[in-house]
Amino acid sequence: MWDHEIRAMASTHAIIAASVFMATVLPAVFVPGFSVYGTHLLWLYSASGAVTVVSVAVFWLLGITPPAKKHTLGYKLSRLLRSCLYFFLSCLFFHAVVVLYGAPLIEYALETFSLAVLLTSLTTLRCLCVLGPNVQAWIRVFSRHGAMSVWDTCLQITVACTVVGAWVGAFPIPLDWDRPWQVWPVSCSLGAMIGFLTGLVAAPAWIHYHRKQLTYKCK
Amino acid sequence: MKVRSSVFASFILISEVVGIALFLRGFFPAPVRSSLSSKSKLSDLPSEPLTGSSPNASRLPPPLFKRVVVMLVDALREDFVFGPGGRRYMPYTRHVVERGSSQSFVAKARPPTVTMPRIKALTTGSIPGFIDVVMNLNSPALLEDNLIWQAKTAGKRIVFYGDDTWVRLFPKHFMEYDGTTSFFVSDYTEVDNNVTRHLDSTLKRDDWDILILHYLGLDHIGHISGPHSSLIQPKLLEMDDILKKIHSALISKEAEGSLPYLLVLCGDHGMSETGSHGGSSEPEVNTPLVLISPAFKRKVGLEKPEVVEQVDLTPTLALGLGLPISQNSVGHVIPGVLEESSLRDQLRFLHLNGHQLSCLLKDSMPDYEKEAGFEQFRVAEKAHGSWMKLYLEGNTSEVLTNMGKKVLKQYLEALAAMSSALSKQLGKYDMYSMIAGMLLLVLLLAMPEALSGEAAVDLPVLSVLLSLPFYLLCLLLASVHVLVCTSAESSCYFCSLSWGLVFAAVAFSSAMFCILVSMATRRLPLGPKIHGKSPLRSSGSEWSLSELDVLLLAGTVGHTLSLAASSFVEEEHQTWYFLLNTLCLAVFQDVCRKYFREQRGSGDEEEHILPSKDCHPTAHPKAEICSEKWLALATPPFTLVCCRLLRSLNQTGVQWAHLPDVGHWLNSSEHRMVLSLLAAFCLVLIYLLVQRRCSWVSKVALALGLLGVYSYRAAVGNVWFPWQHSGRTMSKGTVEARFVYVFVLGILFTGTKDLLRSQIITADAKLKSRGLWEIYSGLVLLVSLLFRAHNLPVLCCSLLIQTLMAQFIWKELHYDAAQTTIMHYWFGQAFFYFQGNSNNIATVDISVGFIGLESYIEAPAIFLTALSTYAGPLLWACHLVCYLSSERDNPVAVGHGCYCLALLRSVPAAAYIVLVTVLRYHLFIWSVFSPKLLYESMHLLLTAGVCLFFYTMEQSHTRPSQNRAG
Repeated sequence: MWDHEIRAMASTHAIIAASVFMATVLPAVFVPGFSVYGTHLLWLYSASGAVTVVSVAVFWLLGITPPAKKHTLGYKLSRLLRSCLYFFLSCLFFHAVVVLYGAPLIEYALETFSLAVLLTSLTTLRCLCVLGPNVQAWIRVFSRHGAMSVWDTCLQITVACTVVGAWVGAFPIPLDWDRPWQVWPVSCSLGAMIGFLTGLVAAPAWIHYHRKQLTYKCK
Repeated sequence: MKVRSSVFASFILISEVVGIALFLRGFFPAPVRSSLSSKSKLSDLPSEPLTGSSPNASRLPPPLFKRVVVMLVDALREDFVFGPGGRRYMPYTRHVVERGSSQSFVAKARPPTVTMPRIKALTTGSIPGFIDVVMNLNSPALLEDNLIWQAKTAGKRIVFYGDDTWVRLFPKHFMEYDGTTSFFVSDYTEVDNNVTRHLDSTLKRDDWDILILHYLGLDHIGHISGPHSSLIQPKLLEMDDILKKIHSALISKEAEGSLPYLLVLCGDHGMSETGSHGGSSEPEVNTPLVLISPAFKRKVGLEKPEVVEQVDLTPTLALGLGLPISQNSVGHVIPGVLEESSLRDQLRFLHLNGHQLSCLLKDSMPDYEKEAGFEQFRVAEKAHGSWMKLYLEGNTSEVLTNMGKKVLKQYLEALAAMSSALSKQLGKYDMYSMIAGMLLLVLLLAMPEALSGEAAVDLPVLSVLLSLPFYLLCLLLASVHVLVCTSAESSCYFCSLSWGLVFAAVAFSSAMFCILVSMATRRLPLGPKIHGKSPLRSSGSEWSLSELDVLLLAGTVGHTLSLAASSFVEEEHQTWYFLLNTLCLAVFQDVCRKYFREQRGSGDEEEHILPSKDCHPTAHPKAEICSEKWLALATPPFTLVCCRLLRSLNQTGVQWAHLPDVGHWLNSSEHRMVLSLLAAFCLVLIYLLVQRRCSWVSKVALALGLLGVYSYRAAVGNVWFPWQHSGRTMSKGTVEARFVYVFVLGILFTGTKDLLRSQIITADAKLKSRGLWEIYSGLVLLVSLLFRAHNLPVLCCSLLIQTLMAQFIWKELHYDAAQTTIMHYWFGQAFFYFQGNSNNIATVDISVGFIGLESYIEAPAIFLTALSTYAGPLLWACHLVCYLSSERDNPVAVGHGCYCLALLRSVPAAAYIVLVTVLRYHLFIWSVFSPKLLYESMHLLLTAGVCLFFYTMEQSHTRPSQNRAG
């Protein structure tokens, strides 16, 4: 039914996944001493930066982003500003949630905030790309039976996978194995990234196999 | 046969408790004992080996020391003396260690590192079993063969000052003693002054041979403020001065020609980074052992102290004093101490020690001959014999000395091997009892029957008793029993029972089993409802789980599975905090979904919010709905913030336990003002939260009781009275505590009276609910007395969250009984850890057992300690009863909730028992898994009690008329 969309989605996801891969490999070539565990924050920023840039570019090129109602420059600027604001607020939100989960308040603040940035670029940024800076739409999509298009369903799946991945990533922290990936926040960010990649694969596949059952209410 | 369902359910719960008890009986091994019940005597000692001729005289070599002073400093950690800070903390001791004639060692204590097992280990030389911890508070006289008894029998005069555990362990053994009780942990000066005050006069006298001093102050400081507090240094300096005083007194007394003295400085256990003890971490088990005597060579500089076992001190002291080594001692003599005596004597000492160990080995191991150490000892004994022959022939060549040295080495190796073999022997299990206990837990499967809501359960007793499987099962069990008891050398608990009792038990259990199976098959066709782990949404035939249900199920299963990893057991609080946070977020999402959809106001969602509107009068002001909405929205984040704050109040667990926490900050003396304000604020808040549903009599009692709690804390010295700034003499606060107890009993009495009246006379639901709330508030008052002052916020937050959640979340979002129960259980678990508990025995606050008591009385002390330890889970369970019984529209809710609670508690307990059985040879079985097992069984016992309370509530609720008739 939505073969075209599914194909577009699969290729988009492939590009984003490739960007994550490049963001891991390229610094390893150019930066001496780079490793995912050792210089974790660097990897974290390069990955989230790559995901941010590539998602914005791809979604903008594909034209999935809801069209602006007005075509004035001021309106576009204000949308951009609002998006940036939402991005920042979402970073703060994730930071607060992670601290509530027990991350140290002061000691590892930079690490915690970096994790929040990663989570934001994996989840909120996609929302911004697909839905625009529109909180009402976000609430609609993330309430039960709220999806109105294939892209909404895809968004639900990837966001859920990322968050669950980060959640699961916290499990091994109390184990006393003394591995490099147990250091805060390596396991959580790796979990989030693996969850995100799983989501990228799972979303088109799931939609493809359930395309007969999917029905969307129109606005 | 028809049985009332409540009777049946209680029966099942009780059998579950019995099952756990049986398992524990089998799991904790009986300590290694020699088969002789008498004690070693001088006349039993083996003669000196000598090849060729008749046995030599069996005399002991002359004692090495005339007088022994043992200075035992409770919780003296190894690094307090040998560490980098040692020069600052204990300058004189350090000087003696480095330059004086002394021997220093690091003595490893075995877990459990608690005082009484350690004293037993030091005096008997055996390693007390884990179960001794439980008996720690109640120490009857030590009947085993021990050093003190040997010394007394040999006519040594012993003087003791210090912890009165010794006096209770060794009644009538001391010529002179003064025991100080260790339970007022906040006192760390008086306990030590009580010991030191006798020192001057005693040291001047000559009428004693052994002086034992046990100083408690350091341990108390550790409990109060940890190993890095500013109080540590003055205390250690004081200890150092005492050591100096004793040492110089001994030096001045020393006369030419007589035997030298021996001064022993040791610790019974160390202290962890938080200042507690009981576990098996390095700082807890490593204690210093410094032996000072002119018999030793002078040291020239600091050497790295050798590592020995703590129990090695016992044979060393026994031989040094010329006493027989106590029978059950598993230690081996420290060779360094004997160095200065003649080679013949050295060999003789080692031979005596080896003989004692080999006897113990023979008694405790069926195949002792295969043991490497035993063989080595035989060889060494033979070599010793031939050496003796040469020696007595007057040979004094170099060869003889070398040969003697070789024998010595052989002996030492044999001793070490036998000693370690014996220590290993301590982990043996009674698998038969363990499996029997495990099978009793299968009774769990019958729970749905008991809670199906029917008044009576039909037990097919007669048909089962006449059926073939019953007889077959009887036969099978009996044959298994006979087989187990006759085949192995194993000492099973069951095999020691009389045959009649055993066969009655066999018949009973097989009947039980058949009944359960037949009931299960009867139930089976009804569908998968019973087999589901939890009756979530059992009403709906369509299988749909919300995110919350998925989380609740996954969390329960995940937590149960996580118990298999020792780190997850150590850090179980992390699991619960994590789950609780996720739960709050899920609830938050539910709330958001409800209220934001309402705001959008699309047609079909309107009916969802209608019930909540119906509760209110029709002319409902819109502002109130709005405020209610925001309150409901704010509740989960508020809960999250509360949990985050409480989490930093007490650091528990193992890995992060040393991190600074708010609790320690509050307890330090410079922040006492903050603590006082906080405590007062919390008490006021507790009053406001609890008094709403009580009768006015209870309100007054509650207010006075809470005032009493504050004055108790002020009397004990935790908080300040606003008008009292100068330091008052610290009292035990007995009067104040008893004042509070009176009000607790009063409130409980009023509540019970209301409950009874509602059940027997009027069947008034309102009265009943008030009675329940009164009992609950009585409990809250009691807990607020028992909690330490810095833990009052825990109680306060728990009440606040209960109130908010009940008002805005559970009622408004229509969570069913099962969901509410699981949430209550999770909160209860998390609060258990918020209080500062952990799965380590060390965190049990035993000082609670002495609130309001002049001296140690067993029953109330155990009751109060258990209550304060499990206050979190108990309060939440009680709140669950109150909450569910106040829901009028659903009469079976209480039964349903109770079923879930019992299941929630039993499933992890049963799984844990199976896990422990599988992991019984795990490295951490004694340090990590066993304490958790004790916690689990205690929790199960308490939950069984709460469930019984539930049943009485439910029964009276559903059938008040029958109750009256019955």
